[in-house]
Amino acid sequence: MDLSLLETLNADRDARRAAILVTDLETGAQRLVRQGDDLADDPLGEDLKKRFRSAKSGIVEDAAGKAQFLTVSVPPPRLVVIGAVHISQALVPMAEVAGFDVTVIDPRTAFATPERFPERVLKPDWPQDVLKAAPLDGYTALAALTHDPKIDDYPIQAALEAGCFYVGALGSRKTHGKRLDRLKEAGVADTVLSRIQAPIGLDIGAASPAEIAVAVLGAVIAALRKEAETR
Amino acid sequence: MPHVNSGQDNEAVRLDPLKIAEAWSRAGRKVALATVVETWGSAPRPVGSHLVIDEEGDFEGSVSGGCVEGAVVSEALDVIASGKPAMLEFGVADETAWRVGLSCGGRIRVYVEPVA
Repeated sequence: MDLSLLETLNADRDARRAAILVTDLETGAQRLVRQGDDLADDPLGEDLKKRFRSAKSGIVEDAAGKAQFLTVSVPPPRLVVIGAVHISQALVPMAEVAGFDVTVIDPRTAFATPERFPERVLKPDWPQDVLKAAPLDGYTALAALTHDPKIDDYPIQAALEAGCFYVGALGSRKTHGKRLDRLKEAGVADTVLSRIQAPIGLDIGAASPAEIAVAVLGAVIAALRKEAETR
Repeated sequence: MPHVNSGQDNEAVRLDPLKIAEAWSRAGRKVALATVVETWGSAPRPVGSHLVIDEEGDFEGSVSGGCVEGAVVSEALDVIASGKPAMLEFGVADETAWRVGLSCGGRIRVYVEPVA
């Protein structure tokens, strides 16, 4: 691969732009196709469109029957964590290793310190303000971990509206019951509220903050991959 | 492990074979990129998985669960030397399976190309 082509592909990935690298497996010739490019005249147009949707790499044949390998690159899933709490300190590095773009939002400056979190993930501000600048979307998971309604309620509602692929909220059943009452009062339908996972995380008997982080990350991955299977 | 990019020095970048291939190549190392292009049966890593190799045999990433990386690295050294891509196949149907095969019983094809 040309180094310049690799640099272009990596720049697209950094900018969260989907791209497909097309490799002719006989000649080794390569080209890069970006999502949004006009594919009307592309010999692999239909295949490329399909692959942008499925996000799966694989071999296709061109009109001449020659094998072309498509390396499909779609934006990595995002994880937005509400609360710069103890669980989040374990969750951030694990989620980054698993390939997620991670953001931690907490307006409480005692929690949201650069000593406790890497600055690249930390947004020490109200969720309302942070999410205005970087809205939630369907490639994003949201984990609300403060169990403070003043901080958690707004992003939970925003995540449900944005169609986040996972929405989880920390708190006892009693805490969650009260949360549901508040959200219902705010006009969120029951069918929508049932999308909130509470208690949060896989049921693995997690006890420590780090174990709870594993349970949360497991639930997020399950939502991402198992839903994708049935899509 | 080289420092990849101070602006994005997070765990995902540190373990990202394509980012590593770019960083190694920019640093003047001779680099090959191996990619799983086809799998049959149960294969440990999906199509599109990468392994990056330099001329010293240093590598990052994976194309199997560790079953055939050694063989891919040694083929990659030939690819770096010749500058020509190569297609490798591993699996139980292949006689090399007795030496470096996939214990899971699957088969994989791996495309190895120079990065320059």
